[in-house]
Amino acid sequence: MNIFSNIKNRYQEFTKKDKGHTKSKFKRFLFGMKFIDGFVYKVAIYTMLIGLGYIYLYPMMYMLSYSFMTMNDIIDVSVNWVPSKLTFENYRIVWEAINYPKALVDAVVLAGLPAISATVSSALIGYGFAKFDFPFKKILMALMILTFIVPPQITMIPTIRLYADYNLIGSIMSFIYPAILGQGFNGAIYILIFYSFFKMIPNSLMESAQLDGAGPMKIFTKIAIPLAVPAIIIVFLFSFVWYYNETYLSGLFLRGSDMLTLPLRVEQFMVNYASMYPEGSTARELMQSAKLAGNILAILPLLILFFFTQKYFVEAIDRTGITGE
Amino acid sequence: MKKIFKNIINKIEVFRRDTLLPPLNKYIFQPTRRFFHRMFHNKFIYMSYTHIELFEHFKIKRTNKRRQAVAGLSFIFIWIVGYLIFSLYPVFNSFYLSFFKVTQAIDGIGTEFVWFNNYRAAFLSDTNFVELLINYSLSMLLNVPVTIVFALIIALLINQNIRGKGIWRTIFFLPVIIASGPVIGELMNQGATTLPSIDEYQFIDMIVNNVGSFLANPIQALFDQILFVLWFAGIQILIFLAGLQKIDKSIYEAAMIDGASPWEAFWKITLPSIKPLITISIIYTVVSMSIFSLNPVTNFIRDKYLGISTDALTTGWGYTSTISWIFFIVMTLIILIFVGALNIRGRKGN
Repeated sequence: MNIFSNIKNRYQEFTKKDKGHTKSKFKRFLFGMKFIDGFVYKVAIYTMLIGLGYIYLYPMMYMLSYSFMTMNDIIDVSVNWVPSKLTFENYRIVWEAINYPKALVDAVVLAGLPAISATVSSALIGYGFAKFDFPFKKILMALMILTFIVPPQITMIPTIRLYADYNLIGSIMSFIYPAILGQGFNGAIYILIFYSFFKMIPNSLMESAQLDGAGPMKIFTKIAIPLAVPAIIIVFLFSFVWYYNETYLSGLFLRGSDMLTLPLRVEQFMVNYASMYPEGSTARELMQSAKLAGNILAILPLLILFFFTQKYFVEAIDRTGITGE
Repeated sequence: MKKIFKNIINKIEVFRRDTLLPPLNKYIFQPTRRFFHRMFHNKFIYMSYTHIELFEHFKIKRTNKRRQAVAGLSFIFIWIVGYLIFSLYPVFNSFYLSFFKVTQAIDGIGTEFVWFNNYRAAFLSDTNFVELLINYSLSMLLNVPVTIVFALIIALLINQNIRGKGIWRTIFFLPVIIASGPVIGELMNQGATTLPSIDEYQFIDMIVNNVGSFLANPIQALFDQILFVLWFAGIQILIFLAGLQKIDKSIYEAAMIDGASPWEAFWKITLPSIKPLITISIIYTVVSMSIFSLNPVTNFIRDKYLGISTDALTTGWGYTSTISWIFFIVMTLIILIFVGALNIRGRKGN
């Protein structure tokens, strides 16, 4: 009898646990975090990912399929997605017209140097704002956010005049100097990203280092920076992409220099192309595909860059886990 | 050969010792040495661990607070310099102009101080501006929370244990690349950023036929809105993703052991941890949507800016500066409303 009651108890306990388990599983299915991968849950995640991914992927696929089309395919209504004949003609036209390898090197230098300087400077500034108390800190932060919020349409003309006074127009320095001083495109956002990341690091870590005799600079380089790797990567990526893609300001700042960003070059090529062939000629029909091919060529380096850097997102956490944060 | 070489070396040495060194010593090395000697061992500055003494009279205590202030200010020193050099003048200039009536003549720009007339004109004389501003504020109040929520959901999804993380992340990086470049304008013109499949498969028509247009129209509007909003969510997704990676996994494990469900863990661990990032995302969302080239208010300001200045009250650079400053104040208010709402809810949660 005793044994039976024991088993019965155990069974009841087991079912009780199971009930709780299925209940929480339902919640996990709705808003789960980690630790469990139920089948339904997985299906839900992949469906959502595919659905949302499709929205972003659609224009890419549109560009990709049209950039491989011949003239006939574009005019032909029956050809919708898959070109009847794969052609690299569009790419060849753009590649040769803008001298792609040289244009790419130019564009990477033009985006990379300001991006690196912006990342370094905003890390320093963000750390200063996040971890120290000093007079007028609130006012300075408000001013910093203000530089980002003020609509750029209205500060454009004074800015250009100012840069002309400094003799910066027409060289890459018009990007690098403001970036070094934390005033680049969207500079305030980089600083704010670093600010919040450094805020997330507990103060006790810094204090223990201070007790061991480390100065502020040493704490910054040895503790704060290794813990902020994801922030460094996203700030670098954002600034790279923004400097790379910026056409309006680049067009104004780089006037008269032979270096141009890749999107600007593609745009220039399209203007030349349009002026070369009259409206309605057969070559003009190809323009649409060539344009999309040019856009793909302009975007591709960024995608490759991101595909290779996104791995460090993961590596960063593993390291922070070890330091016992 | 060896002798010649030795000779040359010798000559260089003699030259260095007799001709180069004495003036260097006299004018550079000794003065600097003297200067530093004076600075640290003499009367002008005396530094110890606890005090700094200037001119033997002014004693400054080196408190922890002051040390911190000096360290913090030296970290942001480059920003202050940059602000004074690059950012102060344009902002100040536009603020200054907002109190002037600016007229463009052939021989230059004429300015006339008009007190707050521009501000008065914006609200009383301009027929379009106030209406545009109200519409803009309402759409912001709707779009910003939707953007933040969607970005957070997508970031949580990508942060799961899924196959092909790199590919998914790259796909969700696409809006960052496309929306920041010139490509987005072209795609929007060609209708590639909307989902054609909704129209193609007569999904909306089906609802209209079966249920009625009273339900179909809001659904259509909602879909369009969400698609529009999703293109602005790229940066926020990445910011949240990086923030989610920063949260220590052991906190979740500890919470699990204490019996927290993932639902609770989300509200008690994930959300508070990335709250500063939500603030940033709100600021970024409001600003990026406001200065987007298809925003009616931005277009209105740009048209005014490029338009010809006439005698009318609502033209010219001065007036344009005024309306952009009003626009800026509205933006700031919207940001403050959202950030305030976020903080109030957080306090209640605790």
